[in-house]
Amino acid sequence: MTIESTNRPPLLELCDVGRVYVSGGLLNRRRVRAVHGVGFTLDAGMPEILAIIGESGSGKTTLARMILNIIPPSSGGVRFRGRPLHSHARLDLIRQVQPIFQNPFEAFNPLTRVERYLHATARRFAAGDAWHHIGAALQRVGLSAAEVRGRFPHELSGGQLQRIAIARALIPSPALLVADEPVSMVDASLRMSIVKLFAELRDRLGMSIIYITHDLATAYTISDRIVVMRQGSVVESGAARAVLDSPQHPYTRLLKSAVLSI
Amino acid sequence: MSVLAVANLRAYYMTNAFGVARAVRAVDDVSLTVGRNEIYGLAGESSCGKSTLIRTIAAATHPPLRVVGGSVTFDFGGRRVDMLAGDVGDIRWRHLSYIMQASMSVLNPVRRVRQSFIDFAHRHIGGPMPEFLATVRAHLERLHLQPEVLDAYPHELSGGMRQRVTIALATVCRPDFIIADEPTSALDVVVQKAVLTMIREIRRDIGSSLLFVTHDLAVHANLCDRLGVMYAGRLVEEGPTADLLHAPRHPYTMHLVAGLPRIGDAAPKPDLPGAPPNLADPPTGCRFHPRCPLAMDICRQEAPAMLGDRHRVACFAVS
Repeated sequence: MTIESTNRPPLLELCDVGRVYVSGGLLNRRRVRAVHGVGFTLDAGMPEILAIIGESGSGKTTLARMILNIIPPSSGGVRFRGRPLHSHARLDLIRQVQPIFQNPFEAFNPLTRVERYLHATARRFAAGDAWHHIGAALQRVGLSAAEVRGRFPHELSGGQLQRIAIARALIPSPALLVADEPVSMVDASLRMSIVKLFAELRDRLGMSIIYITHDLATAYTISDRIVVMRQGSVVESGAARAVLDSPQHPYTRLLKSAVLSI
Repeated sequence: MSVLAVANLRAYYMTNAFGVARAVRAVDDVSLTVGRNEIYGLAGESSCGKSTLIRTIAAATHPPLRVVGGSVTFDFGGRRVDMLAGDVGDIRWRHLSYIMQASMSVLNPVRRVRQSFIDFAHRHIGGPMPEFLATVRAHLERLHLQPEVLDAYPHELSGGMRQRVTIALATVCRPDFIIADEPTSALDVVVQKAVLTMIREIRRDIGSSLLFVTHDLAVHANLCDRLGVMYAGRLVEEGPTADLLHAPRHPYTMHLVAGLPRIGDAAPKPDLPGAPPNLADPPTGCRFHPRCPLAMDICRQEAPAMLGDRHRVACFAVS
């Protein structure tokens, strides 16, 4: 390890993060522990894809929302480049940490042309000609501005829309992408091309990606490290291939045995 | 002996807005049969016509969807029903039922599950209410569901539990034929496995035939006896599941199978150029030719027919 990398604060650091949801009124108050004691670190200067896997209800999405600063943690802290999230300027944090959501048909307003999302992001976060940035971002995901201009979401396929969502996230040149189940609504045949795109972004642009999924097969293919969550806690973590080739925790074994194969 | 026979079925979405006639050819010249006690899988990407096909088979066509040609015939133990002609209301649920994808929108959110069972199935089973509820309870128990779910509201159940209740609802009348439209796509792997086990048990206990639709080939591999692959409104390949997945012959199926991610195999997967065609203006000849690595001159001019015996394929390059 070089001196430089030890001195630089990590890109993202989660320290014993927990989140409790409270529901009900005064008398029938219920507390649900969605996330409990989760900690991991993404190093700066070493781009990687970190997969977070687990069944529905295991707290994956809550974790993503805390990293994106959409909801605050109830306990513990999330630090970005060495400082707590709330001490960063809001817009500056949005510029550096970009989300990709599960269902592209819900992420885009059906009555709005998709270029407006791209244009708004480019105007806010990128200096110079907005269409130049949009064209470059679209080219990275394998689309062209001509294919997208003037189109409404219903005129595009799910795979194309998800690519546009990724292109939009690339416009501010973020350091970290948080992708919450980005391929679960996409057809099996397009799934791999989107997953491969993530690996390309890591290798070419040096972006770190948090890839949240319940699809172990794609996680195995592209991710460097893996975190397995169950009922809000991390049960196993480590190098992706090692964890999935020989899972140690019974829950990881259960997940692996439930994966259907041909 | 086949329960369902679909022959040369063509179903188009016909619109005529402001004097501009447009036909979206969602199902074009599809023929298939499903045997007794068989699970037939239908695979293909979104917008390849899978849903239109099953809607036509269930005789649930509403304008602008119109059947332009072909036939759909069921044979329920000697009773022949032509689905495209006239009144089919009395066979629904009793002989032919449907497992839907969005379990949240099937069950009425403001009524208890018990009430949904009464709404859907009581008029088909008949008899006094206590007897009917006893039948429902016995059915739930056979499917390893607690009879207490009858007293729950849909929002009190998890996604997997709701999907299992939906399946119980579709099978309570012991139908001869079940159409399942992506029943496991919204579920995570653990729940998916449980639901597939349940479907296999239903086939064994009730002896129903199933038409199982999903884009996930791994699910097909684990459940279906035979598999049909659709591309852009046409059936391109059909055969016994193991045969088709281990020795695919159509270039599209080959691509689908080769592109599957697997645990233990991190080799890069090939990409298919282009996108599925617009069905309002499909390519001439074989609809796959613009993306096909094996395309020849004849592929641009003529549509290939499904050739072969048990393993049928529609491709000039292989047959």
